[in-house]
Amino acid sequence: MDRVFKNFKKYRYLLFELTKKNIKLKYRRSYLGILWTLLEPILTTFVLTVVFINLRGKKDLSFPVYILTGRLLYSFFAQSTKQAMKSIRSNSGMIKKVYVPKYIYPLSNILSNYIIFLISMIVLFGSMIIFKVYPTKYIFNAVIPLILLLILSLGMGLILATLAVFFRDMEYLWGVVLMMIMYTAAIFYDAGLVTSQWIFYFNPIYHIIVNFRNSVFGSPLDMEALLISLGYSFISLIIGIVMFYKKQDKFILNI
Amino acid sequence: MSKEVIKVDNVGMRFNLMEKKVDNLKEFFIKFIKNEIRYQEFWALRNISFKVNKGDRLGILGLNGAGKSTLLKIIAGVLKASEGEINVKGKIVPLLELGAGFDAQYTGAENIYLYGAVLGYPKEFINERFNEIVEFSELGDFINVPVKNYSSGMKARLGFSIATIMEPEILILDEVLSVGDAKFRKKSEKRILDMFDKGITVLFVSHSVEQIRRICSRAIILDKGCLVADGPVEEICNLYEEKYIEEKVVKKPKKKKKKKKKAAAGTELIQEPDKTAIQETTKEAEGGADTESSGISETDKTDAQ
Repeated sequence: MDRVFKNFKKYRYLLFELTKKNIKLKYRRSYLGILWTLLEPILTTFVLTVVFINLRGKKDLSFPVYILTGRLLYSFFAQSTKQAMKSIRSNSGMIKKVYVPKYIYPLSNILSNYIIFLISMIVLFGSMIIFKVYPTKYIFNAVIPLILLLILSLGMGLILATLAVFFRDMEYLWGVVLMMIMYTAAIFYDAGLVTSQWIFYFNPIYHIIVNFRNSVFGSPLDMEALLISLGYSFISLIIGIVMFYKKQDKFILNI
Repeated sequence: MSKEVIKVDNVGMRFNLMEKKVDNLKEFFIKFIKNEIRYQEFWALRNISFKVNKGDRLGILGLNGAGKSTLLKIIAGVLKASEGEINVKGKIVPLLELGAGFDAQYTGAENIYLYGAVLGYPKEFINERFNEIVEFSELGDFINVPVKNYSSGMKARLGFSIATIMEPEILILDEVLSVGDAKFRKKSEKRILDMFDKGITVLFVSHSVEQIRRICSRAIILDKGCLVADGPVEEICNLYEEKYIEEKVVKKPKKKKKKKKKAAAGTELIQEPDKTAIQETTKEAEGGADTESSGISETDKTDAQ
């Protein structure tokens, strides 16, 4: 354990550099650059609002905020897990040439996505002001679901990164799973409308979204949702670490 | 007084070559159920043991496929050995392939910082040496151009200059000095020789026996994954030339005419026995109607002089 910490200290500048690189290169060639981080949620929320406003009823003026609280979190989860999954293969050049603790690759991808996600929160704040959803004392609770989201993404990222090295079609499979997660996360419809409520227990990000929404809209945290999201996050992190650690020496033979 | 910096103890590396490479879930399950997953074992290295002291310059010789790159990768920590143990004390700077892990989209300057971070150095360390690195690589303004636009020589120069200025304790070079023009090769060799005063240890793989003679103090020979020789550089280089280079020429007597020209570029020792043999065969051909061979034999004679 001590060796792991020592190793981490030695390579923490590398983690910083890799995270920086991911962010820099993401927008290097594009015209709008980092502005796109803000533009994309605005545009998609606009479309979702217009399409699904009937499900919510015309009286609810805060629908865009409702959508954004779900959509931003889902976007981060989807992007970061997808990138973490590919991280070993896309860094194969470096892995084959020099020793670096391998968990740095998925970790740096997830961190760079997290930073971009936090920047996109500006859109949420903007919409809260526009649609008159003012923060209450409960807003500080938002930190908890956000941290749990990071842990969940890290765990899933490690699991997927390991699997994707050995099974290339994992990427397609995960794409389908992500789609299912999106539709069952109650992002653009009210969860109460669904008759078979059991479905939400299978969605890892649903409970995180519930608590995040609660803190934004001014209600206390839902304890059941909190426990379930704690479970999902930490179990996936532990499984991810164990799987990754056991298989990491074999990565180089498969990339 | 010499301190042991690398200890390789009974190291072996086994690769599993699957008969048909299975890399997706569907095939894997089907084969699993049908119990058709078979592995073919390939031992790239077996029972390799040697020690390297601080300040040694070790040359590693061997034919293609002998296991040299595999051995270097194990020492660098890139591969984990299937059996045996490796003990390395000191900072390793590996140059295992051109580019040393550069990111193609990043500029040369950004890659300097990235590579420094990869080796575990903090930012201040790299800042101090930045100008030195750019100067040694002679890249000038190209340092701000993305690496994907570099020629292979430029990548080699950049990789080498970063690696050597980063104050390595153990430098691992896998055939990287063979790329680059003569000017660069001279410069890099001089650089390595300059660094020896600081007590740096070098592991050097090359197919150029001349280079190994110039740079190294010790050498080992690998043959199909086994360590066959270990000793001072002159002795080992001579052994390598005798055993591995002469073999190729002696095995193909019929093509001797062309082979002779090739052998002339190599070592002196081998030329003489062949010369007399060729003259005999061409004399026989002269008697016949073969004007072509006599034409060649005349040029051969003048060549020999």
